[in-house]
Amino acid sequence: MIQTLAFYLFAFLVIASGVFTIMARNPVHSVLWLILAFFNAAGLMVMVGAEFIAALLVIVYVGAVAVLFLFVVMMLDIDFAELRAGFVKNFPLGIAIALVLLAELVLGIGAYRAGAIELGVPNGSAAPLMDRSNIESLGAVLYGEYLFLFETAGLILLVAMVGAIVLTHRERPEGARGHQNIGKQIGRRPEDATEMKRPEVGKGVEL
Amino acid sequence: MTAFFQSLGMSYEWAWFVATVAGILLIALPLMLAVAMIIYVDRKVWAAMALRRGPNVVGPFGLMQSFADGLKVFLQETIIPSASNKGLFLIGPIVTFTVALLAWAVIPFGPEAVLADINIGLLYVLAISSLGVYGVVIAGWASNSKYPFFSAMRAAAQMISYEVSIGFILVCVILYAGTSNLNDIIEAQRGHGFGLVNGFFFNLLLFPIWIMFLISSLAETARAPFDLTEAESELVAGYQTEYSSMSFALFWLGEYANVLLMCALNAILFFGGWLPPLNVDLIPWFDIPGWIWLFAKIFLFFFIFSWVKATVPRFRYDQLMRLGWKVFLPLSLLFVVLVSGWLMFTRYGVAA
Repeated sequence: MIQTLAFYLFAFLVIASGVFTIMARNPVHSVLWLILAFFNAAGLMVMVGAEFIAALLVIVYVGAVAVLFLFVVMMLDIDFAELRAGFVKNFPLGIAIALVLLAELVLGIGAYRAGAIELGVPNGSAAPLMDRSNIESLGAVLYGEYLFLFETAGLILLVAMVGAIVLTHRERPEGARGHQNIGKQIGRRPEDATEMKRPEVGKGVEL
Repeated sequence: MTAFFQSLGMSYEWAWFVATVAGILLIALPLMLAVAMIIYVDRKVWAAMALRRGPNVVGPFGLMQSFADGLKVFLQETIIPSASNKGLFLIGPIVTFTVALLAWAVIPFGPEAVLADINIGLLYVLAISSLGVYGVVIAGWASNSKYPFFSAMRAAAQMISYEVSIGFILVCVILYAGTSNLNDIIEAQRGHGFGLVNGFFFNLLLFPIWIMFLISSLAETARAPFDLTEAESELVAGYQTEYSSMSFALFWLGEYANVLLMCALNAILFFGGWLPPLNVDLIPWFDIPGWIWLFAKIFLFFFIFSWVKATVPRFRYDQLMRLGWKVFLPLSLLFVVLVSGWLMFTRYGVAA
């Protein structure tokens, strides 16, 4: 009973916030609706017993990706009149995309009506994972069976990260604006920067 | 607690429901009280270090000061700026406050005294603490004002940066404990130091990690010296600038609930949570209930938080980013490698 109720709550909220994501006029509202959709999708994951995936969904998508998304969108300078001006110009493209999506929808429903896909029976390596906890079974699969693929994916991501840093990093030469020598800054003592003067009464200080 | 309500003649579902609601109230209400008192403690410690007397007028020793402040704030007018995004403006503090309470669901106060004893406890805490930034960001943006907006930008960047290193630190702890259930992590610390000391801090590999975690938790909760989101010399009051009355109070309560949560995590992950500090039955040492030990440890860490606030000057923003990305991230990554290597070497054995 409570599962059904929770499922429909989460599912309804996912769909509703998905709709609001594309309906919202303000991009920031869009991103916030998207975050709500992520969050409720995590709730659905918990319901099917994949609590680890749910946690990852919240940590990675809600906690990191969406924050960066919001970060960028918040800084947009939005002119609503200009947004509406592009409507006529982009209308044909929009119609084309809508038609493609409609075709996909029809195909998808047709495929669904045709019956379930024959996936075959789970073979030996996947079967015994069922009675273990979520993290353990996922770890066993990622670090056991698919170790090579997993590590390769990690390596590719690392290379992508290094590439992004190399492309955007620029060394600021000594003396240029924005150049910082942290060691020098930390090594600076009060004696280097200040000088104690004890001026006599009625006399100024010679600097 | 479910069993107790079942014994009163309820069906299992109803007993579970009532027990859970009772458990939530049992955690949330004392937490609010603790927040009120801890604000008082914070001000007293801060005052003592500045050679002042701190709050000493309302009630005995000024103990009722926080409640007086709460009442004052409650009676103020709620001002909503006309140019603000009204819905989001009000949602911001609510999100901060709610998220600050959410994470307490998995905090164990004793071997049995935990609301949700879930396997992914630590991941849940990480997930919830990554949500905390939304309240601040929404508030800063919805205020439609320059200083709150800057503050929101800073908060978003700061929290993401320190979450990365906190994630790696938590991985080290999970590796050592072999579980991410908070109760099992505490149990894994029993007699960790020569069978005598309870706590992961008594470990050459984990002690530096604890130092990093303490500093990262200061940054994660935006406490001094990392309180750049509300740096009054630059940003007025940061994201709270446009807020008044209860919406302001909700920020305040949420912030301190988060600080208490981070203190609790320090205690649970590295100092044995509800275990007594030493694993020997000195006086009736083991008879003292676990939650008293946990509270004592939380209090100790909160004192460290206040101490830091009273003595350390504020970081510059680029220094904050440098510390997060160039110092803590490589260091914590190195420690993940070291810890897993050491565990491979000692616990699981290496293939020849």
